[in-house]
Amino acid sequence: MNTKVNIAGVELKNPITVASGTFGSGMEYDEFVNLDLLGAVTTKGVANIPWPGNPTPRIAETYGGMMNAIGLQNPGIDTFVKRDIPFLKTKDTKIIVNVCGKSTEDYLEVVERLADEDVDLLEINVSCPNVKEGGIAFGQDPKALYDITKAIKAKAKQPIIMKLSPNVTDITEMAKAAEAAGTDALSLINTLTGMKIDVNRRTFAVANKTAGVSGPAIKPIAVRMVYQVANAVKLPIIGMGGVMCTEDALEFIMAGATAVAVGTANFHNPYATAEIIKGIEDYMIKNNIADINELIGCVK
Amino acid sequence: MGKIKMTANIVRQEMIATDIYSMIIEAKDIAKEAKPGQFVDLYSADGSKLLPRPISLCEIDKVAGTLRLVYRVAGKGTLEFSRLTSDHTIDVLGPLGNGFNLENGKAILIGGGIGIPPMLQLAKELNCEKSIVLGYRDEEFLSAEFKPYGEVYMSSDSGTIGVKGTVMDAIKEYGIEGTHIYACGPTPMLRAIQQYALENGIRAQLSLEERMACGVGACLACVCKSKEIDAHSMVHNKRICKDGPVFYAEEVEL
Repeated sequence: MNTKVNIAGVELKNPITVASGTFGSGMEYDEFVNLDLLGAVTTKGVANIPWPGNPTPRIAETYGGMMNAIGLQNPGIDTFVKRDIPFLKTKDTKIIVNVCGKSTEDYLEVVERLADEDVDLLEINVSCPNVKEGGIAFGQDPKALYDITKAIKAKAKQPIIMKLSPNVTDITEMAKAAEAAGTDALSLINTLTGMKIDVNRRTFAVANKTAGVSGPAIKPIAVRMVYQVANAVKLPIIGMGGVMCTEDALEFIMAGATAVAVGTANFHNPYATAEIIKGIEDYMIKNNIADINELIGCVK
Repeated sequence: MGKIKMTANIVRQEMIATDIYSMIIEAKDIAKEAKPGQFVDLYSADGSKLLPRPISLCEIDKVAGTLRLVYRVAGKGTLEFSRLTSDHTIDVLGPLGNGFNLENGKAILIGGGIGIPPMLQLAKELNCEKSIVLGYRDEEFLSAEFKPYGEVYMSSDSGTIGVKGTVMDAIKEYGIEGTHIYACGPTPMLRAIQQYALENGIRAQLSLEERMACGVGACLACVCKSKEIDAHSMVHNKRICKDGPVFYAEEVEL
């Protein structure tokens, strides 16, 4: 039985990784999940300098999901290179570093710092809805996305994954722009911009007013978008959005995702990733699937 | 052994005041590791409510392998918990957070509202002279259980219990003195205690609260402002769930 998948020349032992921001750099989940089991660890977004993030409250629960506006708090690339990469290198898993920035120069600075580091893939966050500058501004306009993708691709030593926002009219236009600019892979979807009002306090539930909605409530939207993008471009896709269990992960794979990221589920069940990996193996045995790659995009 | 998530049997549950419930759960592997001031995450059985609810540890019985959780019904999640009986189980993750450092000195334990429960296990484990100050809105709970461990003083917003006013009013009214403060309660209360402790050179540990998601330090939802740049975050933020919930008064900005 083969569970290995290939993202832009990088072989993952299985298709399961984690959604950026839900897993730190893996340290906090190391005592729940053997990180060696994961196809890859995708890190929390890292910028060129430390970012303090947004005021609290930063999260709220919603029906079948949650919303967050953390604001990409991160310790900056210097600390990340000294502390987080060496930790991840002790694990037998691939490393996907999520890169964030406020300007093209910020992104390039991080990408260049990572050029000599032993990490496998760079996921470029051009879709965070919770920061005022950068982030989503690059991810909602095909021309801006094309330009930043091209600039990063020119400097990046590792293959790049552009992470797409669902907060657009037609996500395939964005996927095509990133493909035309030379991205090696795509990941989708980031969170959907939402709002919740606390009627007792008569104010916004999250201090940032708007926040990104994640969790199973958004899964059907994510599956639909993965399917559309898979049929619009020839790039490998890391699919995500509300994956809670094996069946959810398989939906993304059958819709066209080569790998699947588990996000909000980590907060509900810290063992979720390991359980899903085991569940995929069980599904393959039960259904006599010799190679997981047979399932990728099998629904036409 | 570190933190674990497990399914716990509910030993019993009772309402001890309006909307305040006392639940005893069987969680041997969590109880044997747990310290006063730590907390657990409780999970709803309803899949529409994904995020765990952080609940402080009121009592830890390492021999029986049980935890006592005293909490206020604040929304749909805690309402669901309040309806559970000894026929049910509940998923629980813990022990979480750092807990109080037990120090030598003349202690003042201060609990406000639903910040009172964690002070009970602390009162049992602190082996020194203790004054216990409990602040209520208008309804008393748990106060009798503190009596074996020290002198108990009370305040209430309504004035129906103890001094009318805040725990700080009670401290002044009764002339309570000490060298070490341990406190848990609403942020305005902690802010007043922080100021009092810093002005009077009293060593104070404050247990903070914020909305949480992961409970283990990964998601960065429940941060508080730190005075100095934090060694983990590299900014002026500390994680309440992992670096706290207990901080020294001089460490944080409230």
